[in-house]
Amino acid sequence: MDRAGWMLLLASLPLLLFLAVPLLALILRTSSGDVLITLFDSSVADAIKLSIVTTLITAGITVCAGTPLAYLLARRKFIGRTIVDVLIDLPIVLPPSVAGIALLIAFGRRGLLGAALHNLQVDIPFTEIAVILAQLFVASPFFIKSAAAGFATVDRDLEQAAAIDGASPSKIFWTVTLPLSLPSVAGGVVMTLARALGEFGATIIFAGNFPGRTQTMPLAIYMGFEIDLRVALTLALILLILSFLILATVKGLLRRRIALFN
Amino acid sequence: MVDRKILIGFTLILGFMTARHQMSAAHTEKRVELIVFAASSLADAFQAIGRDFDTANQDIHVTYNFAGSQQLLQQIVQGAPVDVFAPASRKQIDAAVASDQIDSSSVETFAHNRLVVIVPKKNDAGLKSLHDLARPNLKIVLADKAVPAGQYTVEFLDRFSRGRSADKQFKEDVLKNVVSYEENVRAVLSKVVIGEADAGIVYTSDISRDTAHRIDRISIPDSLNVIGDYPIALSKNAKHRDAAQRFVEYILSANGQATLSEFGLLPAAAPAKR
Repeated sequence: MDRAGWMLLLASLPLLLFLAVPLLALILRTSSGDVLITLFDSSVADAIKLSIVTTLITAGITVCAGTPLAYLLARRKFIGRTIVDVLIDLPIVLPPSVAGIALLIAFGRRGLLGAALHNLQVDIPFTEIAVILAQLFVASPFFIKSAAAGFATVDRDLEQAAAIDGASPSKIFWTVTLPLSLPSVAGGVVMTLARALGEFGATIIFAGNFPGRTQTMPLAIYMGFEIDLRVALTLALILLILSFLILATVKGLLRRRIALFN
Repeated sequence: MVDRKILIGFTLILGFMTARHQMSAAHTEKRVELIVFAASSLADAFQAIGRDFDTANQDIHVTYNFAGSQQLLQQIVQGAPVDVFAPASRKQIDAAVASDQIDSSSVETFAHNRLVVIVPKKNDAGLKSLHDLARPNLKIVLADKAVPAGQYTVEFLDRFSRGRSADKQFKEDVLKNVVSYEENVRAVLSKVVIGEADAGIVYTSDISRDTAHRIDRISIPDSLNVIGDYPIALSKNAKHRDAAQRFVEYILSANGQATLSEFGLLPAAAPAKR
């Protein structure tokens, strides 16, 4: 590394250490014995299972419903496009507790839409569906933004060339647009997965806290902090490892893919 | 050109704000800041007391940290700066004493609290008595056993089930209706107020004037009720020990006790029925 590089590293060190030290403390304070004991606790296992299942469902819904929206934002000019764009940014900047209250007064049984659902015998709050909706609300915008940015960077000439060769719009999307924007799209999926896995504020307000039904890992960590710090520490460590694995795997995959392109 | 005008405008606004901030800082500089960690169920009463206390003591300003008692305890054990600790049960005081953070000789009971069942004003489930809580297919929200209110709730359910032999299943049936164990009592109240839950169990002191007309109460008789003691104590590391002492004295004074009972807490002098 050159001199400027070393200076940069020196300047980066304070923030880097600040980000690393709390995570390191978490690892050092948790004993492997505690981890094993806690893992066999059924409520802990339930929380891990619930978190993984709901997060995967959230990511699935986000990709299916979010891809058309991302493509629309990237490729079409329409009246109100800015409003739609800001609307998608809002859940990212709003405190999750606001999202929770908003969801509750929209989908609660006395809520805007929830009242009609209640008449159809469908109650959403305090269920697994509420957990997924809370995650979807706060986490899906990350995918939409990232995928839209990816679609926007794809060279239109390549798509037009494919069209001249007779490829259908859907074929162009699958064979040209998507492969070229894959890093952004996959990056968006990861961000959504990671954000959904860590979702707390909206969940505890909208879905409540019921072990085995709506108590996800972040909720179990929070409640554990109030009862038994060991449980909280162990769960926090597991969540940290899970998040690390998700992020590292995808970043590794992406790097290989980008290397192939070049 | 326009950009520059905007920039100048911003600078002026910023400068003005800074000046104002400094002025207000100078104004309060003479006051010592007393930091009080208190259970969330005390929030309304303590805020009122804090205003009165600040007015009566021009040299002190009370700052609160309201949260679940167990969370406050964790913060104190981890070294958060605190002068006075007022959790919702003796358990947290004892733990703080054990970790050498609280002065055990300063512990006093300043109030009692009791549980009450609440239902939304628009009582769709038609709940009228404690027995109704055991009806199937209700949505009941309780405080988690991590917080004192949750422990007292379980104790109330136990006492009810031990009463008549016909009520043996009461606790089990009620718990089957529980849809959420909230992290603090106030969240239980909110979910009943907006009608998402058919019933909840909270402290009488949680029901503020604003919420009183939006719910109905089903009272729990003294024989079944769990009367919680509210202890208060000084931190061993209190920065402002004298101010802290005066605050505790104010809470135990006739004025302080009157404010507490205004907010539904039972005064310390009242015999705690068990």
